[in-house]
Amino acid sequence: MSNDKPPFDEMFGTGEGPRDPYKTYHQWFEGEDNARLRRKTEEAEQAFRRTGITFNVYGREEANERLIPFDIVPHILSNREWQKLSEGIEQRVRALNAFLHDIYHRQEILKAGRIPAHMIANNEAYLPKMIGVEPPGSVYTHIVGTDIVRTGEDEFFVLEDNARTPSGVSYMLENRETMFEMFPELFIQNQVQPVSTYPKRLRRSLAACAPPACNGKPVIAVLTPGIHNSAYFEHAFLADEMGAELVEGHDLRVIDGRVAMRTTQGYTPVDVLYRRVDDAFLDPLNFNPESMLGVPGILDVYRAGGITIANAPGTGISDDKAIYSYMPDIVEFYTGEKAKLPNVPTWRCSEPDSLAYVLDNLADLVVKEVHGSGGYGMLVGPAASRKEIADFRAKLKAKPDGYIAQPTLALSTVPIFTNKGLAPRHVDLRPFILVSPNGIDITPGGLTRVALKKGSLVVNSSQGGGTKDTWVLES
Amino acid sequence: MMLGKTAGGLFWMCRYLERSANNARLIEAGSRMTMTRSSAADSEWESVLSAANVKAMYLGKNDAIQRASVIDFLLRDRENPSSVMSVVEAARSNARLVRVALTREVWEAVNDTWMRLKDALARPVSDADLPNVLELIRQQSAQVRGALHGTMLRNDIFNFCRVGTFIERADNVARILDVKYFVLLPSVSMVGSSIDNFQWEAILRSAAAERSFAWLNKESGPRAIAEFLILDQRLPRSIAFCYTNIARNLGYLEEGYGESRPSRAMCDETLARLTRTDVETIFDGGLHEFIQWILQANNALGLQIEQDYRFYA
Repeated sequence: MSNDKPPFDEMFGTGEGPRDPYKTYHQWFEGEDNARLRRKTEEAEQAFRRTGITFNVYGREEANERLIPFDIVPHILSNREWQKLSEGIEQRVRALNAFLHDIYHRQEILKAGRIPAHMIANNEAYLPKMIGVEPPGSVYTHIVGTDIVRTGEDEFFVLEDNARTPSGVSYMLENRETMFEMFPELFIQNQVQPVSTYPKRLRRSLAACAPPACNGKPVIAVLTPGIHNSAYFEHAFLADEMGAELVEGHDLRVIDGRVAMRTTQGYTPVDVLYRRVDDAFLDPLNFNPESMLGVPGILDVYRAGGITIANAPGTGISDDKAIYSYMPDIVEFYTGEKAKLPNVPTWRCSEPDSLAYVLDNLADLVVKEVHGSGGYGMLVGPAASRKEIADFRAKLKAKPDGYIAQPTLALSTVPIFTNKGLAPRHVDLRPFILVSPNGIDITPGGLTRVALKKGSLVVNSSQGGGTKDTWVLES
Repeated sequence: MMLGKTAGGLFWMCRYLERSANNARLIEAGSRMTMTRSSAADSEWESVLSAANVKAMYLGKNDAIQRASVIDFLLRDRENPSSVMSVVEAARSNARLVRVALTREVWEAVNDTWMRLKDALARPVSDADLPNVLELIRQQSAQVRGALHGTMLRNDIFNFCRVGTFIERADNVARILDVKYFVLLPSVSMVGSSIDNFQWEAILRSAAAERSFAWLNKESGPRAIAEFLILDQRLPRSIAFCYTNIARNLGYLEEGYGESRPSRAMCDETLARLTRTDVETIFDGGLHEFIQWILQANNALGLQIEQDYRFYA
């Protein structure tokens, strides 16, 4: 937790040779010629451009389609490490769904006094229109992307729960394909668990949540805000891989109590809508009336069992950064067990004592907006200038309940390949979890994000972070 | 079954791709004319602008018709929605929109076209580079066509691509004839002169038909050229060929969907007139009038297809 000792490096550990999961990889790397690897890196970039795996950066007219830099050194986990992680994640995701059901029905957790009622009532992410609604299959978070950070051999923490519309899964898949193409020999030397089954698993999982109105094989569609959205490539990619239609709001319309899409042969009902549009824009009749991205009346169809919306509206209350600090209580309340994966210690600036502590220690803390995402609007104390800290202090004082603070963890590092060879950089990991009435399904792997700047702790792609392939070994 | 929006995206993706290659050909034909003749060069570029249907827009931005600025306007100007750069960008935008309906090969070919042309057209193209750039546009268009033919399922997706391609091609060929029809009319003073020969060659070249015309026809001349470009079913750029293919692909769509649509009847009517007529009848009734009729019928057919298959809400 302190900044004094050097961060844990996942390849070299304490420094006496590579750690077990990396042994085979490291041996291969030592035998490689740096010039060849540099060439391979360039090839990978060209491949990404050719396939059009780009993301759009808001507010940048020029270069508005950018590549997320890809690093060729994989992030490797042993099967034992993965088992431990996935047990913790499964417990947590189970608790998230139980929490959501409770909070939109009987609200036992509030009655028990484990969470202050105002945390819910005053939260923008809480949707009163979802009160009493039973989602098909009782699933709220069909797709979750849990952000995991590591600080030591056995020290894993959950950083964020991402229970709304987590993105990045296309990178998990394409990074693996790229590695297959570039270094096939690595996959003969290392037994790596496959991730390519994800789209089929997603399809199966969504189909298992079909609404009561569905008769026959469920029709699945992916709802995208359109080609200018930063994650459009991913929306198209997932629809393509699942064999689902990719729709925008104007392709859909409510007809006879169903949501139907306009096809060349007329309107056809959709059973399951995997939406990549935020709650506020989903339904101009029920939420933001200005929205052009949604479908007027879809929430009414949903409430009547005419369609499944994945993830369910209102799930944002569970991954809200203010609620996050209560997750250990939430896990315990619904599963009867202690949380297997700990939270990062969190100060709620809404509480006067915590606020006082945070204001005294701004230079050592990470302060985040409760409703922020993507690394925007946050302060990384140790990396900030005096002026940045002073400016942030003013913002924080003006609206303390808009913020939480966390210690700057000594995030683990995994080496990246640079012109001078291997160099350690901080990483985090986002595995993708599917929830259906048939159970919780976690694909072995995930999106590893890596800070490319030396010493930087910000891994977000919108802030210059890169990605790595993530390997979970068979043993 | 497919989304109406997707059908529209495929239709327009292919129209734009077809237009990019046709624009390159117009520029090439214009360049040859100005290289082989010294006089009347500006009027040649004027007719190129008319054939590309952008003359008014060009004159709104430029004081005079000059070779370099016409070429730049047709190749690179983003304010010209029909410039090669604009249509390639529009084609790629549509390809992104319908990404799910395309094979990886087709998407990558379209994306590759966009990336290469963006580089090649980043700066004004010099006279020395012009042939290479035009060649690149042609090659990229062949690459996309190859990927479409080689990898796409022969289903409704493919049919909408084909219909878009041929509607655009019929429009482009008719426009070339519309601009140049007077060269093909019998006139007393210029018959057989070398000026006519150059003009005729330019028309054929704009439709990529100069070699096949020479191959098939011993006698050159206005009637033979008009017959070739309008009625010859062997020429993949003739209007009759385009209509045979539009009719076939609309037929496949009707079969696949098990329903008939008004666009098919409209198309059949135009095709019937093209099959029944001959070049003498066309000239007797007026070449200009005939071409005007084709342009209008073709435009109306495009709009009807858009409605029949619900491209828009």
